[in-house]
Amino acid sequence: MKKKEDPGNRRKFLKNTLALGTAAFTAGAGAVLATDGAKGKSVEKIKVLTTEGKVIEIEKPVDDCKIHPCEPPKGKEARKGIPGRSFVMVIDLARCKNARKCIEGCQKGHDLIPSQEWMKVYLMKDNPESEPYWFPKNCFHCDNPPCVKVCPVGATFKRTDNAVLVDADRCIGCKFCISACPYSARILNWTDKESYASNDPNYSPETSLPGQHGTVSKCDFCPDRAREGKLPYCATNCPMGAIYFGDKNEDAVTNGEETLRFRQLIKERTGYRFLEELGTQPNVYYLPPIDKMFPYERGFSSVSDETKEMLKKSISD
Amino acid sequence: MNSNLKAKELLEEYKPFIEKPNKLWITKALILSAIICFGIYVLILQVIEGHIITGMRDNVVWGVYIVNFVFVLGLSYAGALIAGIFHLGRVEWAKPLQRILKLITLFSLIIGPIYILLCLGRPDRLLYLFIHPRLQSPIIWDVIAIVTDMIFCIAYLYFTYIKDFALLRDNAPHLNMYNWRKRMYKFLALGYQNTPEQSKLLNQSLDIMAAIIIPTSIVAYSLLAWLFGMNLRPGWHSSIFGPFFVLSAVYSGIALLIIIMWIYRKQYKMEKTFTDNHFMYLGFSLIILSLFYGYFSFSQYITDWYNIQKTTELFWDKYLDFSQYGIIFTLSALFVVFVPLIFIGIPWFRSINSIAAVSLLVLVGLWLKRYLMIVPVLETPYIPIQDIREDWAHYSATWVEWSLSITGIALFILFFLIFSKLAPIVPVSEMAEEKGKNKLIVFYKTKRELS
Repeated sequence: MKKKEDPGNRRKFLKNTLALGTAAFTAGAGAVLATDGAKGKSVEKIKVLTTEGKVIEIEKPVDDCKIHPCEPPKGKEARKGIPGRSFVMVIDLARCKNARKCIEGCQKGHDLIPSQEWMKVYLMKDNPESEPYWFPKNCFHCDNPPCVKVCPVGATFKRTDNAVLVDADRCIGCKFCISACPYSARILNWTDKESYASNDPNYSPETSLPGQHGTVSKCDFCPDRAREGKLPYCATNCPMGAIYFGDKNEDAVTNGEETLRFRQLIKERTGYRFLEELGTQPNVYYLPPIDKMFPYERGFSSVSDETKEMLKKSISD
Repeated sequence: MNSNLKAKELLEEYKPFIEKPNKLWITKALILSAIICFGIYVLILQVIEGHIITGMRDNVVWGVYIVNFVFVLGLSYAGALIAGIFHLGRVEWAKPLQRILKLITLFSLIIGPIYILLCLGRPDRLLYLFIHPRLQSPIIWDVIAIVTDMIFCIAYLYFTYIKDFALLRDNAPHLNMYNWRKRMYKFLALGYQNTPEQSKLLNQSLDIMAAIIIPTSIVAYSLLAWLFGMNLRPGWHSSIFGPFFVLSAVYSGIALLIIIMWIYRKQYKMEKTFTDNHFMYLGFSLIILSLFYGYFSFSQYITDWYNIQKTTELFWDKYLDFSQYGIIFTLSALFVVFVPLIFIGIPWFRSINSIAAVSLLVLVGLWLKRYLMIVPVLETPYIPIQDIREDWAHYSATWVEWSLSITGIALFILFFLIFSKLAPIVPVSEMAEEKGKNKLIVFYKTKRELS
């Protein structure tokens, strides 16, 4: 699916670039597309020449915009993906101590209530002999996504930059994708909220904001933050630097402190993908919980006693 | 003509059922309407409050609604399938059952999709299914199947009504009913005069519709099964789902047919129409179906169990745990497989009432089986649920879901009440026809013979 869409998108991108073809002195052709980009961050305007010979005034690109256009696309544009990108995430299980900061950061950034977790942290125990470990799990943004296959209205889609997103304006809330996802990555907005709005002009599947009552939502890989050169909320909020985010094409992932070569990291640390045998081809990789930085019991300090009991029971089964 | 006279006689017999409604009928209709009105209120409540007032949560995203959906559509496809087979097979004794079967088909085909609508988080966007359909999705397969089936079923049902409408039109002066109804029959009969040419044409159409409706039902219900089978979930991802669903559907269809026959027989003293033989024949088909069902279940279970996978084992533990689904599991197996074998199979227990009671238990058992197939499997994802919120980890339907389920039953009965006034509950004209008069269309030899 990804391969098929790629050439089309590149062509479209080139076409856009040519059509609006700015003079060489502009900071980048993409900036033209960002007509109302970076709202409130810069009011400085620059003049550029179009292919038709018209001089138009556009906003000068702001410095914190790393991928142009900076403004998250809406509607059909949001289905294409950022050209040339191939987002990937690596989670180092040896570092996770269930601080739950990734969950909180994500919830804050995406206007989620405490019961809605796009990022979840499970306590896993692979076999009776092995030691339990904490397992942060978001949406895996699979290359062969079972959720996208079953969506009856095309509300969820796979992009060329690997992100699997939900268009909440399209979603009918049939929940088929929730039942189809083998990783329990999707949730429904069960209750209405004041901040929710349907068909909001500012809504973009990249930001998933504002949310909508009765529609499905899930981790969106934060492509809107990637445009600004920022890491996803979970990665920036992790105190242990367990979550690396990056680009497969650039072969680089970073947790904000260190930047590593993605392929080398996966090769040397025996990175794996969860339930590889299902053939969903996730884009989230795990580094095995070898030489854990903390004993797993430390993770219990951030949860209630009740949760602790439940978790303990869960791994003893 | 002989058959016309016979039809008149029969009509005379069934006249009381279709004439002006009596007080009892009106009371029943009012009670049912009241239930339906309450259902509409609950529905509005659900739309306003959101699905949070149901028992559905992020793990068990489909609950009783989808169980009802699967169950009711099964009845529908079964009705069509059985009616088609009886018609094409020219099964003489089954003639009086034809209309009930087709009515079951139509009503459940209307009620079933309502349940899937109840499952939608955004029912206001229902039309997106037609505006933005994606053929890859099993839900769209279902939409196509249901719409196609509905068109065929309505056409088929209507064709079978035409002769009776004509009969009612011709005998209108003797009938005690409002004039608008007499005019309606005139309109609905489409000028059918039972000329040999018209009769031949109509019979051919019926044969063609019956032949179409059989594969349509099988395909449509298999598509519904694949709604589950296509998922990567242990417990659903199985090739047996399609055939198993079709078998369960036929099973439930016959059970419901027996129950409806029993109700009519007891209430309206229709012993001559729905004879002991009908109950015996259908009772024996229940036994055969229960054996087939047992075989299918066994084959599914043994494959699951022999080399059990981790996740499969987790939901099997729930099936066998009496504090969880053990009771439902046992009851379902008992009602669907063993009760028919014992209470119909052993002559000592066999009676009209016992066959009807067994049918009811079979229906309950099949509903429970659908529940077992859906809810515990959803409660057992690949990554075990770690949640202290009880309603998040375990599904239990709320009063909202039960109310709306009962509303569906009320709607079904109300439809039956209304349609049993429209025309006799048995196809009078068809029953009056001589045996072997209408050749099956495939036995026509040449075009010349056709004309």
